[in-house]
Formats: sequence, C-alpha cells, structure tokens
Amino acid sequence: MSGTWRVDVDPRRCIGTGICAGAAPDHFVLVDGLSRPVLNVVDPAGPVIDAADSCPMEAITVRDADDHRLIAPEP
Amino acid sequence: MSNNPPVTTTRSYPFHAPDRLELDPLYARLRHEQPVTRVRLPYGEPAWLATRYADVRTVLGDPRFSRAAAVGRDEPRITPRQLDAGILAMDPPEHTRLRRLAAKAFTARRVEQLRPRATGIADELLDAMLAAGAPADFVEYVATPLPIRVICELLGVPVADQDRFHAWSEAIVSTTSLPPERIDEYIDNLYAYMGELIARRRREPTDDLLSAMVRARDENADRLTELEVVQLAAGLLAAGHETTVTQLPNFVYVLLTTPGAWDRLRDDPGLVPSAVEELMRYIPLGVASAFARYATEDLELGGVLIRAGEPVIGSISSANRDESVFADPDRLDFNRPVNPHLGFGHGVHHCIGAQLARMELQVALRALLQRTPGLRIAVPEEELTWKSGLIVRGLTMLPVTW
Repeated sequence: MSGTWRVDVDPRRCIGTGICAGAAPDHFVLVDGLSRPVLNVVDPAGPVIDAADSCPMEAITVRDADDHRLIAPEP
Repeated sequence: MSNNPPVTTTRSYPFHAPDRLELDPLYARLRHEQPVTRVRLPYGEPAWLATRYADVRTVLGDPRFSRAAAVGRDEPRITPRQLDAGILAMDPPEHTRLRRLAAKAFTARRVEQLRPRATGIADELLDAMLAAGAPADFVEYVATPLPIRVICELLGVPVADQDRFHAWSEAIVSTTSLPPERIDEYIDNLYAYMGELIARRRREPTDDLLSAMVRARDENADRLTELEVVQLAAGLLAAGHETTVTQLPNFVYVLLTTPGAWDRLRDDPGLVPSAVEELMRYIPLGVASAFARYATEDLELGGVLIRAGEPVIGSISSANRDESVFADPDRLDFNRPVNPHLGFGHGVHHCIGAQLARMELQVALRALLQRTPGLRIAVPEEELTWKSGLIVRGLTMLPVTW
C-alpha cells in the first residue's frame, strides 16, 4: 500500500450535479459543466470518500494508488 | 470588487401571485437589467436575488455560500416556519455524513432496479383509470398514488398509513394553505410517526431503506443523532409526496396544451428521457425559490458586492430560462443537444431523489403514451383549478379523456 489514492471521474457517467465539487472543493472542480479531479493522485482525505459515496451516478472512483484496490464508492 | 450600482428598490418577492405555470416576465428583465437585485420575502430579513444561470449555479454550488449559516438568522422565506435543523440547514462535512445514510438507495443504478416495479404500479393504476372510464381525474388515479407507493416501498413505510402522513406532508410545502399552528402540528406528527417506525425497524429490521439507515446510524452513533435520522427519513417521505405528485400532472398539462408536443412524443417515444429533462427545465415548479445561502466572506456576484453574512437566493426557474445558456428558452424543445437545467438544484443539496423522480416521470409518460395515445384534457382550460398557498405550483385536478 502506497498511502496515496488515485481519483477518477468517468465523464460518460458524470451529469454535473456539483455535489462532489461542493462536498470536496479541494479535490473536484466543474469544467464545462462536468466534474474533474483537481489532482489524480492525492493523500487520503475524508471528503474524497464522501464525494464518491454521494455521487448519484457513481461516476467517481477512489483506488489505492499502488494496488488499485477500490476504496470508494461502497458497493 | 466593483462598486455596487445604486439599488433604488427592494421588491416584494415573489413578485406577483403565480399564474398557472407561467414564469413571471420580470425575471427576464432582471436578467438583463439587474441580475442580482434586492428582494423582501413574506418572512425573514431582506435578501439578494440572483436570476442569471451562472450566478444561480454559483449560489447553489460554491462552498463560500452556506446553508448552515442560516441557523439562528431570520432567514428570508415564503413559509412561516423556518427549517432550523435537518439536512437543508447543514453544510459539508456534517451534511455529507447525513446524506450518505440515504444516498446509496437513490443512485441511478439502484433506481434502475426499481423501474420494473414502478412500471407495474403505473400499469395497475392506469388499468383502474381506464376501467373507471372517461373523464377521469389523472391526479387522483395516477399522479398521486404512483410516487407515493414507490417511495413507501423504498423506505419501508406502510402504504396503509398514507391517509395519515399524506395530510401531514402538506405542511412541508405549505405557505398559507394551512394555519401556522397546524403546520407545526403536522410536522411534529410526521416526526413522531417516523420516530416510532424507526424504533420498530431497530427492533425488527426488514429489507428496506429505513432499516439500512438505522443500521448505518447505529454504526456511527457518535456522528449522527437520532433526531437527524428521523428528520431525514420524514423529509424523504414528504418530498416523495409533494414533488413528483405535483410535477407529473404539470408535465401532462404542458404536453397537452403545447401544440404538437403530445403527438411528437407519441410518434417517437424514444424522446421520453429528453422530454423529461426539458419539462423539468421549462416548468417553474416552485412559486418562488427559497433556501437562501449566506455568504461566508465578501464576494462579487453578477457585478454586485455581497457582504459576508448576507443571504442570497438563486432563482432556479429564472436560470432555466437564461437565453445565454438555452437557445430560445421559452420554447419547449425535446431536441436540445445539451440541457444542463437546474430543475433538481445544484451542488451539495442537489435533489437526492432526482434519479428516482426521473425514472418515475419517464415510466408514467411511457405508460400514458402507450395506453392512452389519444389523451386530452376533458374540460376547457379555464375550468382547471390550481393549488394555492403552497411553495409548489400544481393542479388540484386534471380531468382527462382518451
């Protein structure tokens, strides 16, 4: 385990609700109406998990940067 | 920061009494002339009102605007009662902790699993309407029972109790339809009812959202109070009663009164999903926007300096008709290439039931197009009656024939 996370937003799933950018403004930003991670590799942070678990489209995935284990969203 | 232009008037808001589903033309003028303006609502302190799409999205989505900061203030509002607790009075991270209790049940994936069941309910309800014969009241036969049965089954609330909580739910959306003391009484009843049901699910868990919420709460008891969970569950039940129930007849009314709209959908039912989005954009469901956001720092919005601590209301209905985002915004168009409407809000408080509402609206329209292709309103338009004294606009009855 590397201790860092890999964050991705699937642009085909994202509908731009703005929930993630509101819940984790340091980690997500809306560009042309759709969400993008500010950085793809981040230090572990609660709001990133909150955002992934709050997305109604399950467009956000958070993985262990090293072994790619899925950390969020919860199944 | 720009210097504020002199603001000469503080307008009363809503500007006029609602007229069916017409959007007040003053919004279009304000978008051009005074996109952020001063208003006074029936209750609470004066506020800023934003009418342009970009500014409304900022108010709803930018973390420099806070809902939690409304607690303890005399919030500008159209309801006598101020929501001083609950999920709509919270910011992240508290808001997110509470919302996560229920959010899983409302993802697009989970809602899709409910579609066959919702389709079955819609068919059953249409069977009953067809058996009763024309003219029949669409509100009574389909639009009211469909969303109520779906939200009850999802939450695990006995449909048999609906005579009680249906009346109480009105309190959540009432402005003057109920006396203030009755609003308090009904909301207290709703919380008490939900509190009992949650206690029962704790003793005897079942396979429903209430049981899942209880389990999640008990695993994180240090972070969420029982009252927060009760209020969230009551809010989900009430919202499930008062939004889609009202919007579905609005959809049918617009489809049947806009020349060509119904026929176009009937000829191409593949347009139903985009029609649902367009109707969400086009119909101003709310009598006015509310739930003011308080600025947490000095900031500029639409050329106006907003001071820290000042409340700002974003008009969703006006944003949805902003000509800089939606070409020919007053036209109902099922072929818009993109439709980033704000009908379900934006930001952390984006409607938790949005995917469920979309699915129900699609299911109901598909069933109607298929079973009653010749649907029309059974009375002259001037005989239709509209609800009043609520935060939402809708028909009391929609007599239809087919």
